[in-house]
Amino acid sequence: MLAFIARRLLQSILVMLTVGFIAFSLFNFVGDPVALMLPPEATQADRDEVRKSLGLDKPFYTQFAVFVQNALQGNFGISLRLGRPVSQLLAERLPATLELVGVATLLALLVGIPVGIYTALKRDHWSSQVLLTGSLIGVSLPNFLIGIFLIIIFAVWLGVLPSFGRGDTTQLGFWSTGFLTVSGLKAVVLPAVTLGFYPVTLIMRLVRSEMLEVLRTDYIKFARARGLSNQAVHFGHALKNTLVPVITITGLQLGGLIAFAIITETVFQWPGMGLLFIQAVQFADIPVMAAYLCLIGFIFVTINLIVDTLYYVVDPRLRMETSSAGGH
Amino acid sequence: MTGASGSKMGSTIGSKIASTFRRILDSDIWYKFKQDPIVITATIVGLILILSSAFAPLFAPHSPFDLKTLNLSDAFTPPAWIEAGKSQFLLGTDDQGRDVLSTIMYGSRASLVVGFAAVLLSMVVGITLGLMSGYFGGALDAFIMRIADVQLSFPAILIALLISGVARVVIPNSQHDQVAIYVLIFAIAASGWVQYARTVRGSTLVERNKEYVQAARVIGRRPLAIMFAHVLPNVLGPVMVLATLHIGTAIITEATLSYLGVGMPATQPTLGTMIRIGGDFLLSGEWWILWFPGLALVVLVLSINIIGDWLRDALNPKLR
Amino acid sequence: MSTSPNVPLLQVKNLRIEFPTRRGILTAVDDISFDIAAGEVLGVVGESGAGKSLTGAAVIGLLEPPGRIASGEILLAGRRIDNLPFEELRKIRGREIGAIFQDPLTSLNPLYTIGRQIIETIETHLDLTHAQARARAIELLNEVGIPAADRRIDHYPHQFSGGMRQRVVISLALAANPKLIIADEPTTALDVSIQAQIITLIKKLCREHGTAVMLVTHDMGVIAETADRVAVMYAGRIAEIGPVAEVIHSPQHPYTIGLMGAIPSVGDNHERLSQIDGSMPRLTAIPKGCAFNPRCTRAQDVPHHRCTTERPELMPAGKTMAACWLHASETVQTGKQAVTA
Repeated sequence: MLAFIARRLLQSILVMLTVGFIAFSLFNFVGDPVALMLPPEATQADRDEVRKSLGLDKPFYTQFAVFVQNALQGNFGISLRLGRPVSQLLAERLPATLELVGVATLLALLVGIPVGIYTALKRDHWSSQVLLTGSLIGVSLPNFLIGIFLIIIFAVWLGVLPSFGRGDTTQLGFWSTGFLTVSGLKAVVLPAVTLGFYPVTLIMRLVRSEMLEVLRTDYIKFARARGLSNQAVHFGHALKNTLVPVITITGLQLGGLIAFAIITETVFQWPGMGLLFIQAVQFADIPVMAAYLCLIGFIFVTINLIVDTLYYVVDPRLRMETSSAGGH
Repeated sequence: MTGASGSKMGSTIGSKIASTFRRILDSDIWYKFKQDPIVITATIVGLILILSSAFAPLFAPHSPFDLKTLNLSDAFTPPAWIEAGKSQFLLGTDDQGRDVLSTIMYGSRASLVVGFAAVLLSMVVGITLGLMSGYFGGALDAFIMRIADVQLSFPAILIALLISGVARVVIPNSQHDQVAIYVLIFAIAASGWVQYARTVRGSTLVERNKEYVQAARVIGRRPLAIMFAHVLPNVLGPVMVLATLHIGTAIITEATLSYLGVGMPATQPTLGTMIRIGGDFLLSGEWWILWFPGLALVVLVLSINIIGDWLRDALNPKLR
Repeated sequence: MSTSPNVPLLQVKNLRIEFPTRRGILTAVDDISFDIAAGEVLGVVGESGAGKSLTGAAVIGLLEPPGRIASGEILLAGRRIDNLPFEELRKIRGREIGAIFQDPLTSLNPLYTIGRQIIETIETHLDLTHAQARARAIELLNEVGIPAADRRIDHYPHQFSGGMRQRVVISLALAANPKLIIADEPTTALDVSIQAQIITLIKKLCREHGTAVMLVTHDMGVIAETADRVAVMYAGRIAEIGPVAEVIHSPQHPYTIGLMGAIPSVGDNHERLSQIDGSMPRLTAIPKGCAFNPRCTRAQDVPHHRCTTERPELMPAGKTMAACWLHASETVQTGKQAVTA
């Protein structure tokens, strides 16, 4: 088990270095790195000093090493657009995005899994066909359009939910949460539903296809041959085997959700990292882009690591307990 | 010698395509297609949309880009069936007096061009890399697959955004609008090549070990070209399914990028741009500027997805 | 359900299994009838596609759609089971009729311990406490020859070798003490050296528990070792059925004769293996009359081209029953000199 974790850790570090390298290239070769690190009023003397301190006269790999060192300390320079340290900006916005993604994922699982199971078990019923068609439509709707439609219906026509912003937030240490106020909770509903729409359809279709696949296996046939009840077969055997790959794939999707949040945050003006990133792209704010990239890379890599470990824990076949097969 | 083998290869591919076509017409797939009304509807609708936008200059009642024909006094005209609407502007006009219907047609055209071009580029790159990766193996294979793995952990939209963002900095402002479409195509293509590469690589690995490849090497023929001719028919099915679904994703990605303001410029609007413009006027009551382009986008992608989904089920031997 | 000694445990009457396809209805099993007595081992042998597995699936009620039982009856101890509602059928499965499938690796759920799977089966059918069920499970594992059963009961399927796994599968099938077991190719996926052990195990257990077995296989050697009677299937029909020794040593149906002749033996001195020309017809192209007639070397010995026009029913032939016009009383009388041993 230890060897497994060590190997995956090594891979993760490799990926992080690659991502860091790309971010570093962005930093150094796209635009002027000196200007990126200094506010615009800096003098030439300042620039020369920064140039030296940045080691831009040094060879490539040294620069990269410095970059990595800086990055590990959380120093990504100053935002061109807002003039504040990038790490600070990201830290401020992180809770908003994570809360949004968290609610959306929860929603996706709570809706997607049961519906997926239902459409697999009752596959010939008309309701399943309706749900499947619905899922197809769901996959064809762009994230932003869903958001707009929801705003139209719930904010404009019905007026029950806010159409932008995060509502009132409470500060818990460094984390600002919107869950402790009514307006905060109301504000997270529409964005979370928008963000979760696509994952719901994905999870639903995944669960359905996995379950159909599992229901065709020999061990299910054998379980039926032993006279086990439908409940035992479907929810005892089939469900566990279905959910194992589903949960892990969903974990991997989680990282993707954080990136998709970019769109949702734009539609709802949700003050998260995604909105920051989009504004950075529009403004060509390289430090923010590079930092976001590194942060996302880190989050993805961590999630992948956790998911792999989870797989290991859940599927007994992966644990290499060498028990001798003990004769025939 | 190469001429003979070249034409022989051509006839192999050609005859394979012809026989595939014959098999399709005779097959379960065509039968299933004829039986499924939803797919038929989707195909018809999709074709209508595609054709009308491809030939937009012929079909569109107006030219939304010809400044001479635009009249600001026509701005904000509602659709024709509403009081105050005019029959010449069937779906109303936007804030600059552009006919919404024509803009949809031209906009769809831009979206489709970007979508198809991106997918095509993606396919070509992906298939080539997959072929090389599978055939040459070794360090090249490891390298390409590493990149693929790293890229797969990032969602396509992020990669596309990054490329667009970088392009903005690198390309001088004056040329932004002209190259925007190429940047967009490149960005979307770059985010989607991996799936093709993996499929083709798998198939190549299988073929590479077969004897005819080694025999070709012994004779002195170029095994790569021959393998190409044999691998292609095998991957054609899965690749077509991937491509069809990918077109839907590509169109949505393009619309998203345009909506976010980093896609096509306002002078060459696509459906995404129109939706963004429409969003601004939604709350003031001119709903048609948003709704119709939105509807067009959804219908377009939906019909493509229905076809792709059906194709995947039809080609899946396990579900028969 | 106690059986009166005169009623066979299993009766299959005129069973027909069909598959509706777009090209028409395919008849995979065409009007077959046979019985299995309590405690008897009936071998069902034939080539791939002959319909043997389908017959087994139909008996236990696990025929997969679109296949369906089109007509006929299946009776267990005199009671019809082919038309029972789902819940009734479910109670019979495992308790009255058990099944063993070909691949022990895929027959067991990889995510659960074998103990859980056995205990679950026991608790479904028998009214025992959990502790009692567990004790019985360990007993079962001991019976099938799993060493250190009390420890290994908590192991996962992948921790067993192929032969051991099949033993676990057998213990699962016997868990609720059924009267009949459908064994579908139980040894095909195993090493030859293990096959013998598993066959011996099946024979021993079935004798001890008095369980009847419907042993479906394409391996004549297994049949010879294990079965009391054997049914030879061809193209969805039964070609010959009778006591094992008779069918093997004096087969009466030309197909069976060909089969037996094709089995090489160590003492033979032939240069070429004999084989039956041609191959079994596809379900879409079953010949009119006797399904075997295009490949049969004796068809011309039957007057009036009967083999190509009329389908023969099972009729007495020597000490077995064979579906062959050669043994129709008329043919026997008119062509006595043509019948060679």
